[in-house]
Amino acid sequence: MISTNATNTHFRIAVVIPAFNEDENLPSLIAELRQINHPDFQLIPVVVNDCSKDETALVARNLKVDLIDLPVNLGIGGAVQSGMIYAYESGFQYAMQLDGDGQHPPSEIHKLVAAMKKSDFSVVIGSRFIESDGFQSSSLRRAGIHYLKWVIKILTGLQITDATSGLRLYNRSALAAIAAYYPDEYPEPEAIIYFHKKKLSIGETPVIMRHRQAGKSSISFINSIYYFWKVSLAIIYAYLKV
Amino acid sequence: METYFSNRIQIIAIVVSVVFLLYISRLIIKGKLREEYAIFWVVITFILILFAVWRRGIDIVAELVGVYLAPNLVFTGAIFAILIYLLHLSIVVSNLHEKNKVLTREMALMKKRLENLESVSKTENDETN
Repeated sequence: MISTNATNTHFRIAVVIPAFNEDENLPSLIAELRQINHPDFQLIPVVVNDCSKDETALVARNLKVDLIDLPVNLGIGGAVQSGMIYAYESGFQYAMQLDGDGQHPPSEIHKLVAAMKKSDFSVVIGSRFIESDGFQSSSLRRAGIHYLKWVIKILTGLQITDATSGLRLYNRSALAAIAAYYPDEYPEPEAIIYFHKKKLSIGETPVIMRHRQAGKSSISFINSIYYFWKVSLAIIYAYLKV
Repeated sequence: METYFSNRIQIIAIVVSVVFLLYISRLIIKGKLREEYAIFWVVITFILILFAVWRRGIDIVAELVGVYLAPNLVFTGAIFAILIYLLHLSIVVSNLHEKNKVLTREMALMKKRLENLESVSKTENDETN
């Protein structure tokens, strides 16, 4: 039988997974990704080990996935950018970010792809809050997201309900923009402003997220005040930047 | 007026400033301090030596800029200089941070490329054997 993979609707998506101390979550996540067998696209996992203290690199190697092994911890932004540059240089037309903690179910990916195809977006963000289904995060974090929604609306006119979501699909022009620049720390909201400034079309699609499966979130309660100021400043300066 | 001041503090100030200048020179010669960062310290030391030798100087400058008490001028000037220098150091650190990020990223990507090449050549060897 002739393989149907060669049709032009079938495209490859690099799934960049930033991983910091995620050796417990990684095997099940990769297994889930490999189970997905969609006629339209093929998922290629790219794990970016952000200098984890655990066995993340070894686990990724044993899983036989593409591994970008950072020798120094760069934080989520630097890790994502490294993975995206790899995808860009490897010639991928599409790449997505999927967090390594298991919050983003790979079974939701097709919704992002469908949204990108339908509306020709350059960036599609998976939002938990459009349909308010699944894991909804803590009330403090939700308040923060509400604030971000408001700030982004004022600055760009865009309606982004889940600015902190790390589940995102990019086309090649968005990939090129990320290869040129990507924010460092808590990059997600600032990146939206950056994409808007780069005249990339941004859309959202409802997804269902889960509780993280193991380990701790990168944003603790004590950090949230710092997060608030850092992100507010970053957004404003990203907006003022030419 | 002149007899009111002891020369002792003046001598101490000059000696300390000169020793400081010599120490900075030593750091530069040994390559432990880069010249661009040393300029600030050399200039500051020369100013210290100047006013240690020229005692009336600080009063004259204070009068010139309209500061009533000369020590206030010293404190204001010193704090301002320190703030500017701290800002300069923050810029230096930010710059290093950025360079560090790029180097780390490039190294990881290079490592990945090398691994890919190694696996390709390995399978080629296996096929020829």
